[in-house]
Parts: sequence; C-alpha cells; structure tokens
Amino acid sequence: MQIRAPKTKRAKRELDKRAPKLVENVKKTLILHGTKTSAVLNSVLTELYHLKRDNAVKFSKKNENIKPFETGGETSLEFFSHKTDCSLFAFGSHSKKRPNNLVLGRTYDHHIYDLVEVGVENFKSIESFEYDKKLAPKIGSKPLFAFIGEEFESVDELKHLKEVLLDFFRGEVVENLNLTGVDRVFVCTALSSKTILLMHCALRLKKSGTSIPRMELVEVGPSMNLVVRRHRLPSESLLKEAMKTPDHAKKIKNVTSDVIKGKTGRIYIPDQKVGDMPLSNNIKGLKRERREAKQNKESKKRKTESE
Amino acid sequence: MEGSSYQIDLGNLMAYDPNHHFQSIPSSRGELVNHCLEKGTEMVQAIANSLFSLPSTESRDGPVVKLPLPTTKLPREKHLPKPKPPTKWEEFAKMKGIKKRKKNKRVWDEQTSSWKRTHGYDRANDDRDIPILDAKSTDEVGVDPFAKRSAEKKERVKKQEKSRLENLKKAAKAGALPSHIQLAATALPITGTKKDVPKKASKDELESVAGMAATSTASGGKFDKKLPGEKPPKHSGKHRKFLPVVEGKGIGSKEKQQTEKILNQLLSKSSHEILDVNKAVTMFNVKKEKQRKKDKDANPGKSGKLKPNKKSFKKTSTKKKP
Repeated sequence: MQIRAPKTKRAKRELDKRAPKLVENVKKTLILHGTKTSAVLNSVLTELYHLKRDNAVKFSKKNENIKPFETGGETSLEFFSHKTDCSLFAFGSHSKKRPNNLVLGRTYDHHIYDLVEVGVENFKSIESFEYDKKLAPKIGSKPLFAFIGEEFESVDELKHLKEVLLDFFRGEVVENLNLTGVDRVFVCTALSSKTILLMHCALRLKKSGTSIPRMELVEVGPSMNLVVRRHRLPSESLLKEAMKTPDHAKKIKNVTSDVIKGKTGRIYIPDQKVGDMPLSNNIKGLKRERREAKQNKESKKRKTESE
Repeated sequence: MEGSSYQIDLGNLMAYDPNHHFQSIPSSRGELVNHCLEKGTEMVQAIANSLFSLPSTESRDGPVVKLPLPTTKLPREKHLPKPKPPTKWEEFAKMKGIKKRKKNKRVWDEQTSSWKRTHGYDRANDDRDIPILDAKSTDEVGVDPFAKRSAEKKERVKKQEKSRLENLKKAAKAGALPSHIQLAATALPITGTKKDVPKKASKDELESVAGMAATSTASGGKFDKKLPGEKPPKHSGKHRKFLPVVEGKGIGSKEKQQTEKILNQLLSKSSHEILDVNKAVTMFNVKKEKQRKKDKDANPGKSGKLKPNKKSFKKTSTKKKP
C-alpha cells in the first residue's frame, strides 16, 4: 500500500479543514448553470451569489451534462461538490418546458441528498429597489426568517422547500450573537399550495419605550415568486444517517464519589410482599415433625443405652 | 388572522406562522407585498422580543446574547467522524501504565556544551556526531562500529515505517483514516499474488480496443464515426494471404510452394521413423568436433597453433649480409 500524504503543512491544513468534524463548518454553496439560461435566471444566480458572498462559489461555464433529476446527470455535480467542498448547490437552466428553472440541492458526503426544482417568476433584482444605503445589510450577517402560511406544514413540497431555504440562507450556527449585527430578514409567504413569495428585507431598529427596539422592514434585496415543480426527498436510511447527532456524554447515574468512602452507589431493594410470595416446594415445616420424631427416637435410644 | 402564536426557533432566528391562510390573494402586487411586509414585521417583532430579553453581556462591539440551540434539525454536511482505533504502542502503553512525558524543545548537548534543539537539524546528542567509540570486549575485529551504528539506525527507521503503515491500515479498516492521508493500492495486495492485482490497460491496448470492438458491427467497423484523435485500427483487414487467381500455366510456383509446405508438414508428422536423418548427422558432427577439441586440450604439445617458434640453428644458405 502506498501512502499519499500532503508534502507541505499548508496542504495538510487545507485537507484538515475539509475533513468531517463533530461541529461542522459553514455550508458552502455552488452556483452554476446549464447550457441555456435566460437573462432573468442570470441575474437570479448573480444575486444569490452576492447574498452569500463569503461562502459561495460561482461557475461561469456552461455545463451540458448536468441533469440533477436523472440518474446519470449528477456525477458532474458530485465531482464539483467534492472539489470545491460545497454541500449546497443552485443549478439554473432555461428551457421551453421549464422556463427560469432553478434546482436547489444539498449533498451529504458529496453525494446528492435531496433536490427541489423551482421556477422563478416575477423577479425583481436588487437594483430595482430604492432605499437608504445606510440600511444595506452587511455580507455575512445572520438573517432572521419569517415563514407565513399553513401550507408550509401541510403541503409536502413546501415543507421541503422551507427546510432547503433555511439551510441555504442560515449561514453559520453561532452561540453568541451580537445584537447590533441583526440587519436582515427573509420573508417567505405561501401564496398557494405550490407558490411562495420570497422577499429579502433590511431591518431598521427604532427606539421604543422599552429596551426592545421596534422593528421596521425595508425591502432591499431580490424578491421573486418560486413555483415548486419537482422535488426529491432523501431516502430513509440517508435521512437517518444525516440527522445523526454526536453522542452526548452519557450521564452515569447513581454513582457518587466520597472522599472517605470512595466510589459509592446505592442499591434499592423493593418491599418484600410476604403475603404474595409463592411457597416453595421445599417446605421445611412439614418435615419438622419427622425431624422431631427422629430426635425423640435418638434420645430414647441413648436413654436405653445408658440404662 | 388568528391569534399571534408563532412557532419561534431562536437558534435559527426563525418564526413560523402556522395559522395564516390567504382567503383570496390580493390582486395587485403592491398590496400583496404590503400585506406580507406587515405580517413579516409582526413576526420579526416577536422574534426580537424574545431575542432582546435574553441575558446579554457587554462586549466592545455591542450587546452579545447567548443563543439557545436550534430546534429545527437540519442534515449534516458530512458523516460523523469515526473514533480512531488505538495504535499498537498506545495499547501497550495502556496495558503497562506508561504515561506520556512532555519533552523540552531544547536540550543540553554535552559535546558542544550548548543548548540545542531535541529534534531536527543540528540536534543535540546526535548519533552521528560521536567522534570516538570505546571498543567493547564483545566487539568483533574488523567490524566498523560507526557503520554498524548507522545500519542499526536504518533498521530502526525501517521498522518504524512498517509499524506506521500497519497502524494506518488498521485505522483504514475501521474507517477512521486521518483526513490528510490517502492509501493507494499500488503494490501487491496483502493476500494473493501478482495475478490478483488488476492490470492497468496500456495506451496501445486502449487505442486498439475501439477498433477491435468495431469489427463486431455489420460493416466491420468501416463506416463508424471516429472521434477526433482516434487512430485507425492496426491489423485491419487481411489476416490470410490468398494466392493470385491467375498465375501461369498449370500449377503456379507459389501454389507449388504452398502445397509442398503443407505436404512436408503432414509427412513429417505422420512419419513413423523415429530418426531424423539431418538432425542425426548434425549431432554426430558436433560430437566429433567436441571430441577433437578435448583431445587437443589433453595433448597440448600436438596442437598446431600455439607452438613455440622453432628457429633452426643450422647454417643455411641464407647468409646475413654484413
């Protein structure tokens, strides 16, 4: 067997960054498109890239052999995902049958996990909005999410889309959040059982009487209608494996350590219900008569012997 | 809209309204947008209420709150890392109760009386820097002790490399190979012989494969569309040489040759004579030569070649001119 190990420390560091970990890195997004795209789709992809600048990779070449929903057409996607270390992807294509098509997908271990195909309608780009530039949300800030509509729970496709959108725009999972850094919100409203309206707004915090500021939404970013066309949920086994959480240290119960006594534990004995216990076959009581009789016989014998 | 009880996931800063339902979608886009913004504002306010009421600490950038864990579970990006199996040394150390000791980066070097680094270039107490080695009674005469020491070191290094490889193989079997290492099977496999190693197709083989496969088509691969860069297959066409149809009168010379060849082969195969005359003759000749050679070696005096130059001291007619 030959070992292929990196020759420089820098290469080793890069490989370690991409290794599977207990607490994972931010999910990177890969943005690419197929053979034919429309003007609308191009601007959708570029704006998506701008929203996720820090952790996104945008390919500009046409990829004709990528067909995410077909069995053979995902090998290229998996290869790119492996090379760029991206676990989310947005693939845009335009055809007569599916105009302005956007496939949002996730990968697990660089294999396709799930896919949602949406059509983009009524797209309004960032440039078309006018707002005070001071309010513009910063790149990398953690967004708020507002999902409106009962369809997000009842309809399968929209439930899936909600999860995918959350994964896409969530960013880093942080424990400590700086409150001055919340400046954007994604508002998704379910219009019907197949369409949603996605809006990206900046937050303006206004002074209110209490310590909690008053929120005001100003539309800044792209707004579009997403029509769910197809979707593929992950297989049961894959879902189970991907949702596994690392084992929390098992709490050992009933063990205390005392300085004097050492490691102690407690044993709890339940009450003996004497009345309910079944009697054993080995009943000594009945044999007592026999035993006593034997003893009497022996004592009689000794008496006679002594006499 | 019913009572505002939103499902809030603070870890993800998400709010979800499960009770909202569009009775009729507002006709104009502007109205729709306004309606959504209103609802959005309410929900964001609800998030902010719970967010700002979390205990916050002051940092130089502003108030920092500690977020709870997110409630909506999202799938992982990569699999969970598998725990590494202990190496052979680690198992031994655990059994014996040996604990790791922290080593210093600089050690005192006796020879140069200075502090030198423990490992690496110009290290302290290096094996190779010892100028004089005392001879022991167990040392053999004629053995270079310095060479012996360096040979021992090489052995130790080789052994270490072998155990490192074994440990990596063990880890690879458990699925816990360190992320920066890849094991590539290029040498012989652990069990099996050289035959079991799948042979990589050579360039020539690959070039001719397409041509070979094309012969199975109806037209023998003659009209197949060729990819750019694909060369025409070698050995295309004839594998048999056919004699010309017309050659001359009667049976032609080429045909004669062909039939003669076939007949000879047939006759020689079916001949019952064990003796092949030509072969027997050559064998006899070779034997004779060998025998002659042996005789010559045995009696070197009678050899014709390497005779000393016998000069006759007789006075002959040839007189030297003064």
